[in-house]
Amino acid sequence: MPNTDIIIHDEKDNVGVVVIEKITPNQECNCWIMENDKSVKIQSKNEIPLGHKIAMIDFKEGDTILKYGHDIGKVVKDIKKGEHVHVHNVKTKKW
Amino acid sequence: MKIPKSFLGYKRENGRVGTRNHVVILPVDDISNACAEAVANNIKGTFAIPHAYGRLQFGADLELFFDTMIGTGKNPNVAACVVIGIEPKWTKRIVDAIATTGKPVEGFSIEGAGDIKTIMTASKKAQEFSQWASEKQREECPLSDLWISVKCGESDTTSGMAANPAVGNLMDKLEPLGVHLCFGETSELTGAEKVCATRGSTPEAQKKFMKTWSDYNDFILKEATNDLSESQPTAGNIAGGLTTIEEKAFGNFQKIGSRKFIDVLTPAEEPKKGPGLYFMDTSSAAGECLTLQAAAGFNIHLFPTGQGNIIGNAIEPVVKLTGNPSTAVNMKEHIDLDVSKILKREMNMDQAGDELIKTTIRAASGRLTCAEVLGHKEFIMTKLFRSA
Repeated sequence: MPNTDIIIHDEKDNVGVVVIEKITPNQECNCWIMENDKSVKIQSKNEIPLGHKIAMIDFKEGDTILKYGHDIGKVVKDIKKGEHVHVHNVKTKKW
Repeated sequence: MKIPKSFLGYKRENGRVGTRNHVVILPVDDISNACAEAVANNIKGTFAIPHAYGRLQFGADLELFFDTMIGTGKNPNVAACVVIGIEPKWTKRIVDAIATTGKPVEGFSIEGAGDIKTIMTASKKAQEFSQWASEKQREECPLSDLWISVKCGESDTTSGMAANPAVGNLMDKLEPLGVHLCFGETSELTGAEKVCATRGSTPEAQKKFMKTWSDYNDFILKEATNDLSESQPTAGNIAGGLTTIEEKAFGNFQKIGSRKFIDVLTPAEEPKKGPGLYFMDTSSAAGECLTLQAAAGFNIHLFPTGQGNIIGNAIEPVVKLTGNPSTAVNMKEHIDLDVSKILKREMNMDQAGDELIKTTIRAASGRLTCAEVLGHKEFIMTKLFRSA
């Protein structure tokens, strides 16, 4: 089993979570999907620290982020696949 | 793993079981703290629980104050209790309610006597209680005597991946054995509230949950000046990678595993529908939530953390676990169980749940938790509105 760099909760999720100290730009990362035990790969575009999210697809402003298979917020600035997803480009739909 | 059948606890007069054998000096109000602390300082084997309130509260806020004080005294982790207030009437109300458990309790009021005389008379009673309690022995008790409350704090994305689902795994394994369980944090289920509501075991429980959540959310919307930035999620949550309240909520919700809740409790309300999982309407601030859960009678607490919340409780031992490998190393003295191997796929959820059961039973049987050893005795009243 290769080292896991990123964990994805649900097959439907469009973001993954970094589970090593950090990933560096242009790193070829191993992702493990918890729900179905499948593995996928992704190339990072930014440095992303432990616990932070990476975009698994390209997003346009207004798109919805899915994690745990559920809506966790809206994209407020376009995000490219492999980029860091956080408070600078995603906001809550609630408060 | 074969789950152990029993733990070692203190059998109380009313049939409940304590995981601790505290003799508590309980001040009724802010101005009685000094007297209560002086008594606790005089008499070894006791401690005071100072707090900031108890004067000029009224209505629902006053009732919650009484429920919290009385529930704290009634909790089976408390062997005996000395209550000290400025006035006799509210002091007596608390003493009489605690006395219904059958445990030793006595009240003292300071007005007309002064601190020094009250410290002397209360100290004599506290000495009697301390020596009486010191002879109590732990006995083998079934796991169904465990009342386990849960709440997470300084969460990050590792909480949703590892520590919270480990608690969920424990719930899935212990609920069928007749354990009482409780989760809360009303505001922190925002974004996951509809999914959470479907976990009510009856239409009544589901409806009660949605009303409780909506009322809290309406209050937040009324008072909020922005999008609650750095309050929900907190700055610590954001540093740990959590972006929105929705993401935090779905991570939080992993703590109940695949269980269904049988009832929705008001703050500090004692569960009355028998064993099983309960939801309690609480703030998501750790000190407030744990104080309410302890006042409802829960005798051990499980606290998953990501970035490293250090909370303890005055009467309920707090077992802390983390899935964050950095926190497990850098804040080792606060962590009772490290489940960060889940992230490396070197530990699965079944194993993490088993480890947590073992850690919980050891703590319930007397092993001091990290928070206890480090002196954390947080007791934080939930205040509903301004005093008169």
